[in-house]
Amino acid sequence: MTTAAKSVSPAPSVSGTRRSFDVQNIRKEFPILHQLINGKPLVYLDNAATSQKPRAVIDAIRNYYERDNANIHRGVHTLSQRATDHYEAARETVRCFLNADRAGEIVFVRGTTEGINLVAQTFGRANVRAGDEVLIAALEHHSNIVPWQLLCQEKGAKLRVAPINDAGELILENLPSLITERTRIVAVAHISNALGTINPVRQIVEMAHARNVPVLIDGAQAVPHLAVDVRELDCDFYVFSGHKVYGPTGIGVLYGKSALLESMPPYQGGGDMISSVSFEKTTYNKVPHKFEAGTPDIAGVIGLGAALQFVQKLGLENIAAHEEELLERATSSVSAIPGVQLIGTARNKAGVLSFIMDGIHPHDIGTILDQNGIAIRTGHHCAQPIMDRFGIPATARASFGLYNTLEEIDALVAGIHRVREVFR
Amino acid sequence: MPELGDLYQEVILEHSKVPRNFRELAGADRHAEGYNPLCGDRFTVYLKMEGDIIRDVAFQGSGCAISKASASMMTQSVKGKTKEEAAAIFDRFHKLVTGRSPAPESQDLGKLSVFSGVSEYPVRVKCATLAWHTLRAALEEDQKTISTE
Repeated sequence: MTTAAKSVSPAPSVSGTRRSFDVQNIRKEFPILHQLINGKPLVYLDNAATSQKPRAVIDAIRNYYERDNANIHRGVHTLSQRATDHYEAARETVRCFLNADRAGEIVFVRGTTEGINLVAQTFGRANVRAGDEVLIAALEHHSNIVPWQLLCQEKGAKLRVAPINDAGELILENLPSLITERTRIVAVAHISNALGTINPVRQIVEMAHARNVPVLIDGAQAVPHLAVDVRELDCDFYVFSGHKVYGPTGIGVLYGKSALLESMPPYQGGGDMISSVSFEKTTYNKVPHKFEAGTPDIAGVIGLGAALQFVQKLGLENIAAHEEELLERATSSVSAIPGVQLIGTARNKAGVLSFIMDGIHPHDIGTILDQNGIAIRTGHHCAQPIMDRFGIPATARASFGLYNTLEEIDALVAGIHRVREVFR
Repeated sequence: MPELGDLYQEVILEHSKVPRNFRELAGADRHAEGYNPLCGDRFTVYLKMEGDIIRDVAFQGSGCAISKASASMMTQSVKGKTKEEAAAIFDRFHKLVTGRSPAPESQDLGKLSVFSGVSEYPVRVKCATLAWHTLRAALEEDQKTISTE
């Protein structure tokens, strides 16, 4: 199915320049893309919020419910065994996707938000004391701010914030002075959802490790756009959501180094996270099961596995190169429109074009583009401190995925011109 | 299918570009702040009351074209009205923008009927009513003041 991406057709696609990445063929795998919105072909440019799902993911979920549905890890019957096998096979797919050492380092959670909360509430509560510090960056999503705020409030610890420059880049030179002997964890986004900035996470990990401080990376925006190797990064935790990488909603992944996961207390109590229970004492299950209390989202895990295989088959390098081309076209043509200002101009960027227009509120931009079939996001993108940093209430944000085409970028540009006409 | 022109009527665009009564009101009796966290729209509505009558009204802040034009036209429509009259206008306006009103011309909303197109854009109802909710909060603050005295 997805191997069609290897371009069987000899003719180059209309918009693709690399024959190995035939975007028109890939689009056929996404049923939702082929519809009219307000009478115009859908141009879906809200991928940083959530991505659309290929048939392989939809089929995997349907097949699970039609053929294999049963509870996992405790049935002796055939369906339970099948469900367990598929579930654990997906864990192995994630391990391979992140190049983790062991499948036991892969914990299934509801999403990035739950993954960060899990670490804050287990590792954080066990290690952060009054007067200690947690370091985040100024470009975090609210989900990598609030869990740490809650922890710091509870413990009397201090949340410190590494500043960014006017381009939306982390000021790396400031970091060493911000990582002190009181810092217990550094939590930082791999890619900013509001600005598209790719953070130099490898260097951040090095700086933190130089002071024996573990690092959590919020990879929600990164996994759809670039190959992640947790062993190469040497990060201690890595979190991401399935739905942003062409998988289902409600499922995500927390990667943690074995030794850390084993040292952490459980997150939630319940079934599957125990070895034995009596009213006097409970022995916890091994990792990762210690952190997977209750019946998990089995179908979601299987769907996520299918999504990661889909992405791997296309090749993240190919995807990244394609999206780079989209971003280049979008950046040059949108910034050339009079009265448009880009927000977030980091040298190293992925997949996101945030912009504002003179005298025109992002909300109005969003409505007018939607009338032209173009879906973008408007607002603060769950990153209000970034908006404050740039002194704006909101931005319009177009974000790109593997199925977007250069023609769609042109449609966006035409749509923005239409916005200017309406407000002329 | 809704037409863009129904939403962004000429009058609305004009008010959003040149809002009326767009200032801090000197000697205001009371004010209230309205905030829509979804889109970052933020307005302060100022009132100068004379008994039950809104003697003067002004607003400040930032927001989209719909919210700003709505605030601007609201100040024109409630100036000189009593609290009850202003509340009644809001009630009719709310019905209009949520599509629960009969033909607008029968609603006696005057110029405000240009907002009828909002009913085709449910996510924009909050924009159109933000200033009105803020006005109501400012008027209710008055009631509270009265009740404590």
